Amino acid sequence: MILMLSSASTSITVILIVFFLFVEGIGVFSKKPIEEGFLLAVHPSNTIQKLEPTQIKDIFDKKITNWSALGGKNEPIVLFRTEDITEFYSEEELGENFEHFPAKIDEYITRTPGVIAFFSDKYKSKDFHGKELDVNKITVYKFLSGEEWFPTAQPVAQMGVKPLILGTLWVSFGAILIALPIGLAAAIYLSEIARKRTRNILKPLIELLAGIPSVVYGFFGLVVIVPLVQDVFNLPVGETGLAGSIVLAIMALPTIITISEDAMSNTPRAMKEASLALGASQWQTIYKVVVPYSASGITAGAILGIGRAIGETMAVLMVTGNAAVIPNTLLAPVRTIPATIAAELGEAASGGMHYKALFALGCILFLITFCINMLVELVTNRNSHKKH
Amino acid sequence: MTKKALFLMLPLIGMLSCGKGKNEEGATTAETTSATTTVTIKGSDTVLPLAQKESEEMMKTNKEVSVTVVGGGTGVGMTALLEGTTDIAMASRDLKTEEKLKFSEAKKEIEIVTIAFDALAVIVNPANKVGQLTREQIEKIYTGEIKNWKEVGGADEKIVAYSRESSSGTYEFFKEEVLDKKNYATDILSMPATGAIVQAVGQTKGAIGYVGLAYETKEVKPISVSYDQGKTFVTPSIASAKDKTYPIARPLFYMYDKANAAKVKAVVDYALSPEGQKVVSEIGYIPLN
Repeated sequence: MILMLSSASTSITVILIVFFLFVEGIGVFSKKPIEEGFLLAVHPSNTIQKLEPTQIKDIFDKKITNWSALGGKNEPIVLFRTEDITEFYSEEELGENFEHFPAKIDEYITRTPGVIAFFSDKYKSKDFHGKELDVNKITVYKFLSGEEWFPTAQPVAQMGVKPLILGTLWVSFGAILIALPIGLAAAIYLSEIARKRTRNILKPLIELLAGIPSVVYGFFGLVVIVPLVQDVFNLPVGETGLAGSIVLAIMALPTIITISEDAMSNTPRAMKEASLALGASQWQTIYKVVVPYSASGITAGAILGIGRAIGETMAVLMVTGNAAVIPNTLLAPVRTIPATIAAELGEAASGGMHYKALFALGCILFLITFCINMLVELVTNRNSHKKH
Repeated sequence: MTKKALFLMLPLIGMLSCGKGKNEEGATTAETTSATTTVTIKGSDTVLPLAQKESEEMMKTNKEVSVTVVGGGTGVGMTALLEGTTDIAMASRDLKTEEKLKFSEAKKEIEIVTIAFDALAVIVNPANKVGQLTREQIEKIYTGEIKNWKEVGGADEKIVAYSRESSSGTYEFFKEEVLDKKNYATDILSMPATGAIVQAVGQTKGAIGYVGLAYETKEVKPISVSYDQGKTFVTPSIASAKDKTYPIARPLFYMYDKANAAKVKAVVDYALSPEGQKVVSEIGYIPLN
């Protein structure tokens, strides 16, 4: 009864967490990327109706300086933010309690033909003459394919997670590429070749690696691996995806080694001896008997290793440079999903656009690991069918 | 911290900080049954270490006041002050127009006290021969227009620009002060902590970064900055920040409701006292005089 209760409550907790994650995450698509309660307005004679978030960012970054670049009239763009009002009107004109604020904003907008104004709709006067611009909501497609991640940009946040997803996949893939061969080799050595005494010393040592806090790995990576990567590949910067992969590989190794080694040691003695008695060499026995027999254990070790790599936060945060660019090589800085969540959630206003976007990132991370687990499950099932 | 974003979410933060405020009050009363007044300080994470140290020092001598210091960012502090859930708000920037409006709507008169200054130093690797940059050049480096040191008189070396994470108040301050409110380029590397920037700049040849003056070490070289298109360059130092010739500096504030002045007097007075100002230097900020 108690056993059933505890397993039931665990499942319910898991489902609740996932449910919460998705409820929060999906919220990002129901909001406009412009901050709540704020509006963008232009001069009434402006012909522009709608702007894409990226266009608004370029306008406020002064990369687009003329309305003609957006299909409007040939008129230089004038930026206006709420705090700029004091440049045009004195405090007396605005009134002691700023009661003339809305009227003055309206007046300023109507007399400046090239203006684009960003202000709170509280200060929109009742007979507002300017034209409000419509901002598109973020669609799932835009969210996934957007290439710019500026969640705190003013006035419109840029939420493109493609660089983050790709960064996570690249770093994890690199890590598993490094960790799997080394881990397998070490496991084979420990279970089949090493003498008992060597194994008794080495195994606890490797298990100790798993107990080191990940921040320590990150620090080690920043001080040792980052300069090493920089020197070896002669790069301008050492904080790269590769540095992240190496650190993650080191972190995943103990898991992979211990689990695969346990699986290999469980190969029945009779099977091994039968193989040797048939004249197979030790290597042939390892290759043909031990590894196939323990395949499911090895895959389990590999998944847990990948799982740790994909979700790892602190170590990666410290060594990958965290630049949200789409990676095309492991030798450039990348930004991963967990690092983004960890670095930004603390300051994201709860319930806001940025906050929800980070939860949506969590959903994506969950889906990635879920898919990997399913995949491995399929593979191991097929293997065990073959075996019996 | 200097984030409008926090402001826009006012109602939500308000709700949140209400809840928090209650908890904090509960906690303070529990731990300080002997003290007569309890003062809550909340806000900027930049001011946090200073306020914490000052409060500890003060409570050693003054047993009548008990202080609780909570971080969360300048915006959070302002919201709490507006809601009345904190006695003092710590701020690493002045009130924004919108905030003034909010306070005037709530009929609160706010007293603003400068307690220290903080300066940001732009740092490069010591092997870099570039020793001075104009604000415009730094802006172009961080917005991605200048990509090689030879464009600003250095060696033919790719520029690797480091920044803080977007959650940091320093990030926002640098963006508003130096980048003319433009967004950073996408390929800027962002580091989770100031210490990590110093470490990275020290070991990367083409690196440039920005850190609080207190964090500057021998492993990195500070850059002289010009805000007048290259006529005068000022080296960041405590002295140049104090006489206001160094431009990338900001005052740090305590803000409180004038109606509440009597309650917070001890804390504010201590911050301005010689002992309080000594703590300012110890923490690595610039004292008032």
